[in-house]
Amino acid sequence: MTLKTFDLPDVGEGLTEAEIVEWRVAPGQAVAVNDIICEIETAKSLVELSSPYEGTVSELLVVAGETIEVGTPIISVDDARESPGGSAGSGGSQQESSGGSAGSGGSQQQSPGGSAGTTGSSSAALADAIDTPVPAPDMPGEVAGPLVGSGPKADSVKRRPRKSSATAGPGTPSAGTSSRTTPADQRTTPGSPSDTSSTPAGQHTTPVSPSDTSSTPAGQHTTRASPSDSSSTPIPADQRTPRPGGTGGRVLAKPPVRKAARDLGIDLADVPASGSAGDVTKQDLLGYRDRLGGGRGSVPQSVSPSVTPSIASPGTDRGISAGDRIERIPVKGVRKATAEAMVRSAFTAPHASIFVDVDASRTMEFVRRLKASRDYEGIRVSPLLIVARAVIWAAARNPAVNATWGDDEILVKHFLNLGIAAATPRGLMVPNIKDAQDLSLKELALALNELATTARDGRTQPAQMQGGTLTVTNIGALGLDTGTPIINPGEVAIVAFGTIKQKPWVVGGEVVPRWITTLGGSFDHRVVDGELSARFIADVASILEEPALLLD
Amino acid sequence: MNGSRLPTAEFEAEDVARSPDVDVAGSSGIDDADTLHILSEQGELGSTLTARVGGEVVDFSPYVRADDTEHLRSLYRDMYLIRRFDQESTALQRQGQLALWVPLTGQEGAQIGSGRALQPQDYAFPTYREHGVALTRGVEPADLLRLFRGVTNGGWDPREHNFHLYTLVLAAQCLHAVGYAMGLQRDQLAEPSLPPAASIAYFGDGASSEGDVHESMVFAASFKAPVVFFCQNNQWAISVPSTVQTRVPLAQRAAGYGFPGIRVDGNDVVAVEAVTRWALEHARSGRGPVLIEAYTYRMSAHTTADDPTKYRLSEDERQWRTRDPLLRLETHLRSTGQADDAFFEGLDAQARTMTTGLREAVLSMPVPDLEDRFASVYAEPHPLVQEELAFFREYQAGFADDGQVS
Repeated sequence: MTLKTFDLPDVGEGLTEAEIVEWRVAPGQAVAVNDIICEIETAKSLVELSSPYEGTVSELLVVAGETIEVGTPIISVDDARESPGGSAGSGGSQQESSGGSAGSGGSQQQSPGGSAGTTGSSSAALADAIDTPVPAPDMPGEVAGPLVGSGPKADSVKRRPRKSSATAGPGTPSAGTSSRTTPADQRTTPGSPSDTSSTPAGQHTTPVSPSDTSSTPAGQHTTRASPSDSSSTPIPADQRTPRPGGTGGRVLAKPPVRKAARDLGIDLADVPASGSAGDVTKQDLLGYRDRLGGGRGSVPQSVSPSVTPSIASPGTDRGISAGDRIERIPVKGVRKATAEAMVRSAFTAPHASIFVDVDASRTMEFVRRLKASRDYEGIRVSPLLIVARAVIWAAARNPAVNATWGDDEILVKHFLNLGIAAATPRGLMVPNIKDAQDLSLKELALALNELATTARDGRTQPAQMQGGTLTVTNIGALGLDTGTPIINPGEVAIVAFGTIKQKPWVVGGEVVPRWITTLGGSFDHRVVDGELSARFIADVASILEEPALLLD
Repeated sequence: MNGSRLPTAEFEAEDVARSPDVDVAGSSGIDDADTLHILSEQGELGSTLTARVGGEVVDFSPYVRADDTEHLRSLYRDMYLIRRFDQESTALQRQGQLALWVPLTGQEGAQIGSGRALQPQDYAFPTYREHGVALTRGVEPADLLRLFRGVTNGGWDPREHNFHLYTLVLAAQCLHAVGYAMGLQRDQLAEPSLPPAASIAYFGDGASSEGDVHESMVFAASFKAPVVFFCQNNQWAISVPSTVQTRVPLAQRAAGYGFPGIRVDGNDVVAVEAVTRWALEHARSGRGPVLIEAYTYRMSAHTTADDPTKYRLSEDERQWRTRDPLLRLETHLRSTGQADDAFFEGLDAQARTMTTGLREAVLSMPVPDLEDRFASVYAEPHPLVQEELAFFREYQAGFADDGQVS
């Protein structure tokens, strides 16, 4: 009699492992060819495996619940007949010979042949025997194993060992184990020399026949770092749950969504999934991003890998996970330029800031009239226009605010490139209007329109931001009353004006509602003393109070 | 950066893709009045088989061979044997003896019916699922498995059986079939004494979406090529339902190319055979191509590598089981006294012998020498191939083991 083993086949295309879900036979039980012996679960489906042999089950070599690699022997069957002498694997072909030799126990209990459901010879029985896999109960996106080709092990490559000069020669099967795996280890995990020899064959706890040891070499787990991981101890089922801190590899999402998540620095495992297959959709991702408050500023880049992996695992309280509380955004682009400019300005130019409340009611009236004027049809007119004009006018009367500090000299410009600070999709930009002193009010209005449109579209060119001589920042657009602006490097003054809103104001002893704004600015005290800055700001304020002075 | 700057097209497209309009006009399937059948699901044989094809009423009755008991029994035998072959092959795959298997269960009526309609001089171009047609063309069942065991790229000599090698590229065989048919036309011109012949192109509902099918139908119509396009609409292109492939019954597409299209109940082997015989005669007699849509159902998986329970309802599968092509012919044969238990038991014994031999043949298939590949590149020795062969030998010699898989 002959003992035959059945190795776990690849029942899909390119599957590398499967879990034995349930055994349908037990040692001592008789089986016929094509009798169902067990149910396995692969990455694709639940599949029933049938016996290729007829005989008596000798041993179940893998316990239910174990995940094993393709090629691992799972069952041995005693075929209860004289050794056929050669032609291995042909045992099934003699299935009809049901005569058992002595000592074969219950091997003849089954009807000979035993092809499932065929003895009735009716079509109905035939149809019932159709091999349809049982539905897999796994929920997508949760603890399901990797899809083919997507999991960490799905594409693991078994390398046939190469001859090395020292260990050439086939050797016996048992001796071959070490000589086969050693060269492979040296090649694939050069950084962990302990792998190369410290993995005795005994660590292969899966029951194996001698001929099969080569199919589970220790060295194949090239992605595992620690020596203990590199043994081919059968992987317990619970290892198929998502690994903590993974980059969302087990979370279902389509490639564009993965890409977007990577760009946004969001771990897909943190994003609640609403897709019909349990997958994270683009909407889920964007919604999550918005709730994080990441909807403004420059694009956050990927989270640094130094974030502790365990805290990002699904199942922990997302509200307190550090992955949500601290976002790491690399400093680059506009952010970097802004930071450098602000530091340079704040720590080289001693800033002095002053503020004054101004009754801008006449400015508001003037803006209203301009808007209604046919001459300004199609042009956006705002108080900023009047402020800009006022700054140009005041700078002409106080030229030293339109200057550059040059260490041993001060460069006073007789032209004014008026910078306008703008919040743009790319971040803070300060494009300027060249030779603003030469522009009429309408030309200035057109220039401001053009500048704003370009900035909002994020199309501001570097040249438009160079050569500025004096800057206005409209912090009122942000809903603020006032603030201390930092001077644009290379300049010595910046004018800020806040919201213009109705406030109680005393006029001729009466409290009346007036349109009030706070005008302020910062000045480089190396160039502009308090008196000059006060005169300059007072001049700007006077225009806001009475725009008619521009006719001067 | 705000949300509007991120591309949003994916999920919009996704929503669209997930709500296919399944209320397709006129494709109510087997109950459609335009679906031809003569053998009912209850096994009752009708008396007439007529259809309106391209504006005229065609009577298929002369092509029906329902009064010949031996013929009906042989149709059943072929369907039964190929199903048993299919089940054994599936088992062999599950036991690791085949790399893959493509089950045909459920489509025996369409395949045996059409295959038996062929004459020896006709030429069939199969997909990779036409095991039943192969049987009717005399291909040895074990030879079909050689490809799936990975020991050859072919398995049989197509010229011996007028049955082309399995084509794994979807729909490519339709072009081959049209080209072959155009060749038949020219042979006929050169040698009028040759028996009129036609080719038949097998393809599925999924392949019907391929450009190759369109191109082959255009050419077939333009040149009136003697070809029959035989589409087995088995409802599923792997996991995509046929309602997504087409808005009209596939047979109706023929009208756009200008040749007849007929939808036949693919699980009615008698009707399939009759319609195919008519279509082949139509093609052989110089009247041009015909499209037959055999409306059937893939009762098993697309291949052994997929799991249909993940994309279709078991209720659908249950409903289709009542339309099993074998079941209805068995019912007919039994109820009319044309076959008894002895007949069916005899078939079972025959099938056992066949599957036993099949298993034996598969297990003893010789593993080809990889070096043989180098000999089949050029007819004569070639220096570059010789160089590559030398490299291959050196490479092979470098392994520490013998490379045999247990």
